[in-house]
Amino acid sequence: MLAALFAAAALIPVGYVIQAAFAMGWEQFAELVFRPRVGELLTNTVLLVVLGVPCAVVLGVGGAWLVERTSLPARRVFAVLLVVPLTIPAFVASYGWASAIPSIHGLGGGLLVATLAYYPLVYLPALAALRGLDPALEESARSLGMNGWRVFSRVVLPQLRLAILGGGLVVALHLLAEYGAFAFLRFETFTTAIVVAYQATFAGPNAAALGVVLATLCFVVLVIEATARGRLRYARVGSGTPQPASRVELGRVTPLVIAALVVLIGAAVVVPLANVARWLFATDASDWQPLLNATWQTIALSVGGAVAALIVALPIAWIAARYPGRTARALEGAYYVASSLPAIIVALALVTFTLRVLPAMYQTVFTVMAAYVIIFLPRALVSIRAGIAQVPENLEEVARSLGVSPFRAKLRVTVPLLLPSLAAGAALVALGAANELTATLLLAPTGTRTVATGFWAAASAIDYAAAAPYAITLVLLSIPAVVLMFAQVKARRSR
Amino acid sequence: MMLHLTDVSKSFGATTVLTDVSVAVERGTRLAIVGASGSGKSTLLRIIAGFEGPSTGTVSLDGRLLANPVSTVSAHRRGIGYVAQDGALFPHLTVRSNIAFGLRRSPGRDARVREVMDLTSLDLELLDRYPHQLSGGQQQRVALARALAPAPTVILLDEPFSALDTGLRAHTRAAMVTALERSGVTTILVTHDQEEALSFGQQLAVISDGRLVQAGPPSEVFDAPISAAVAEFLGAALFLPAHTSGPARAVCALGELHIRHDHSHGTASVRAMLRPAQLHVREADGDGDARVVAARQNGSAVELELRLGDGFTLTHRVPLYDAHLFPVGSAVAIRVDGGVVLYPAAATSETLGTAFAR
Repeated sequence: MLAALFAAAALIPVGYVIQAAFAMGWEQFAELVFRPRVGELLTNTVLLVVLGVPCAVVLGVGGAWLVERTSLPARRVFAVLLVVPLTIPAFVASYGWASAIPSIHGLGGGLLVATLAYYPLVYLPALAALRGLDPALEESARSLGMNGWRVFSRVVLPQLRLAILGGGLVVALHLLAEYGAFAFLRFETFTTAIVVAYQATFAGPNAAALGVVLATLCFVVLVIEATARGRLRYARVGSGTPQPASRVELGRVTPLVIAALVVLIGAAVVVPLANVARWLFATDASDWQPLLNATWQTIALSVGGAVAALIVALPIAWIAARYPGRTARALEGAYYVASSLPAIIVALALVTFTLRVLPAMYQTVFTVMAAYVIIFLPRALVSIRAGIAQVPENLEEVARSLGVSPFRAKLRVTVPLLLPSLAAGAALVALGAANELTATLLLAPTGTRTVATGFWAAASAIDYAAAAPYAITLVLLSIPAVVLMFAQVKARRSR
Repeated sequence: MMLHLTDVSKSFGATTVLTDVSVAVERGTRLAIVGASGSGKSTLLRIIAGFEGPSTGTVSLDGRLLANPVSTVSAHRRGIGYVAQDGALFPHLTVRSNIAFGLRRSPGRDARVREVMDLTSLDLELLDRYPHQLSGGQQQRVALARALAPAPTVILLDEPFSALDTGLRAHTRAAMVTALERSGVTTILVTHDQEEALSFGQQLAVISDGRLVQAGPPSEVFDAPISAAVAEFLGAALFLPAHTSGPARAVCALGELHIRHDHSHGTASVRAMLRPAQLHVREADGDGDARVVAARQNGSAVELELRLGDGFTLTHRVPLYDAHLFPVGSAVAIRVDGGVVLYPAAATSETLGTAFAR
């Protein structure tokens, strides 16, 4: 019951899109959408996804393969360094680039910054898949006379398809949803245009029409991924073996590969961070002063969001893990669809919904937390579900046979065993929320200033020095989440 | 009589798992329920524990109704302990906390933990270890100690030895039977291992396809299995075509033998069941009863393939040091001790046999 209610709440954004599309009527919709301006946005957005995703896949898979399956020197260091860009929010990276090279802008700039910021989203699943891959497959291929490259392209790559599709999907959705990074580089996509429309005409028909198109693009991406995956869903990657995989000798190309990786990491990590550092030196005490308050507000909002996400995720995860079936899958699927909508759509939906249905909730912290729950719920769901699946049901039975009531059995056995995954899920949500910009900008009550919105206010006013303390705080706030994600990937080996 | 199951049946949807099972277990005795996997024995145990309710029938303990199809007493109010197949120790708790889990907070709690650890021959050094730091055998003994600690009236053991390897198994079983004996608790064990079942307690029940096919003291059940299938399930058995030749006597390829039990129900064609241990083979002076057609080494023994006069072959094991007495081609004389059990020769009982083989 409770789960169903929450599920319904999470579907508000989906409902909003459908409602907006129908309420507007075809004529008005056509008038708003079939304009040269929208055509331009569409070209930009589609080009961004079509060019950005392959770039991210090449960087992500290539990096994972280099550190996991070749004789690359210092590969453990590179393995960590390649995830580091994930700690730098894309809008901070674009601030770094824009302040280093002010002329950078448009599609080229957007592609550069976004690809460098998001390729780890492919790198991580590819690394996980490579670690789970049975090296015996590659050894068999080699024994059949294939050289390193052909083993990679004919044996390893096909096995990585799930990881590539999954990672590519996430990158595509991020590209569609990103606001800050592109706004900075004066690169217009649907998301940036919706924010502009919202600022000009509020949640009016113009924003709604663009939102419908953007949501449709997301849906198209989801469908493409689902179609490409098709029956692959059932093709499970082998459970892996303890023996280490044999590695491809890089030989004479080693210096070249290292140089390429250094350039990549330099562009993705060093350039943004160096510029943040440069501006940090230019700060004075007044630049640091608002940071404390913003940090407290961020912590309060993101912890609140994380707790709310746990409350929503726990029953769903419980049903999905303990009573798998159609209902559970439909419920879970609903959440994934809802959360794959860009934050801007979620924000628009919540603005519209609260104004029409719950005016008392409009521009309150509850609306912000609701947005965080909808956007970051899958992070909590995945962690908690895995945790529940690992607690054997018969432990509770045994506890009951020892004279402990069912409720206390859950409290004394299941809950303690679940704590680590609950904590991991909550941390991932909280850290995601702490860096969230778009929905927070639209939904936060007047006077609320989080680290992300504080950064945004300063940076978009070209007050780069005032933005620097926020930027470094955002990076520091991201580190724990990235460490957690990396640890989840590394745990693959011990399975 | 204390634990009573009366006509218990259980279905999950369209699948019937148990059909009209009635069992009575007396205070302080041990009952072993044996059956192939999928025979419903674990479900029976879960109904007694209170994890499942019966579809029909009742469960009562010392006259107190525990379960019928409409209402069941919750598992935690039954005072029935349960040891799961894998031990199911709480991974986040030490041995001490695991064993104390079902005990109330009281000054005597730690003493009780030590007492049951002593009872189950667990070293007190293990008190502060975590389950993953224990061997499989130790884990099972901790699980038993944990179940014994609240002094339950009944303990249920669900294949508690099957996850252990062979050597550890016999040792753990002996330690657990000793502990159960010393504590005097009523115990029900389910297992698919006939040897385990035969050696476990005062009572043995054989369950097949959800029905209780035979129950009684293990020696009686082993001596007079109710059907050929039960006979075969409980241990190696030899079936020879036979016919009755007088009161309590039957003739088969091994001569005229005494009929120990007659379960042929008066059918015309019968077969005689023997256990390999009843056969005594020696060198024959003349033609003998059979001829050695093959010999296979098998560790400390040699398996002889013997062809009887009517062409029937049987396998017989002799110690390695006696093998030279029976070269291939030689004639042997066979003596049978202890008589035979008669069953119908018809294939009717074969269906049960395949059920067991599953």
